[in-house]
Amino acid sequence: MDKTVEERIRRDITENDVVLYMKGTPVFPQCGFSAAVVQVLSHLGVKFKGIDILVDPALRQGIKEFTNWPTIPQLYVKGEFVGGCDIIRDMYESGELVQLLAEKGVAAQAAA
Amino acid sequence: MAMDAVEIERLIRDGIPGADVRIEDLRGDGDHYAAYVTAAAFKGKSRVAQHQMVYAALGGRMGNELHALALTTAATQD
Repeated sequence: MDKTVEERIRRDITENDVVLYMKGTPVFPQCGFSAAVVQVLSHLGVKFKGIDILVDPALRQGIKEFTNWPTIPQLYVKGEFVGGCDIIRDMYESGELVQLLAEKGVAAQAAA
Repeated sequence: MAMDAVEIERLIRDGIPGADVRIEDLRGDGDHYAAYVTAAAFKGKSRVAQHQMVYAALGGRMGNELHALALTTAATQD
């Protein structure tokens, strides 16, 4: 993987508590799976940085190598890869996601 | 390009010996499946690690020939 891409990834996931590598933007997701994770984060009131990999092919490939995870979206909390759409949905439904965010000191409102 | 359920199941079984695999065709277009995989090899592994094992068994097809695979994994209960 291109060194600069790796450095950019490391900087993004370090400088931002919650980072979502996705297709499209939080306001205009371009893929159902990305939209589903945006919905979960918005529902929990979690502030996050959405990074659109569709506009950056090198990043799109680099992020998959970085985590050894073949698909997008990918969610990071405090620099740690949490999962893709399936895992985030499972964790949200089981309450694990709110717990993880609390443990990491990330503000979130437990779903009503 | 697409894949069929039988091939997905075979790949996962070959890649994770002893795994119990069930594939569901979500849309009938050969591109959107759900897979339920239970295996003793998952024991003690995080969900991310379990999913990575399934993706490794699929040998790079995930995200290429196979566009969408809703994955549910669990360790076999003793």
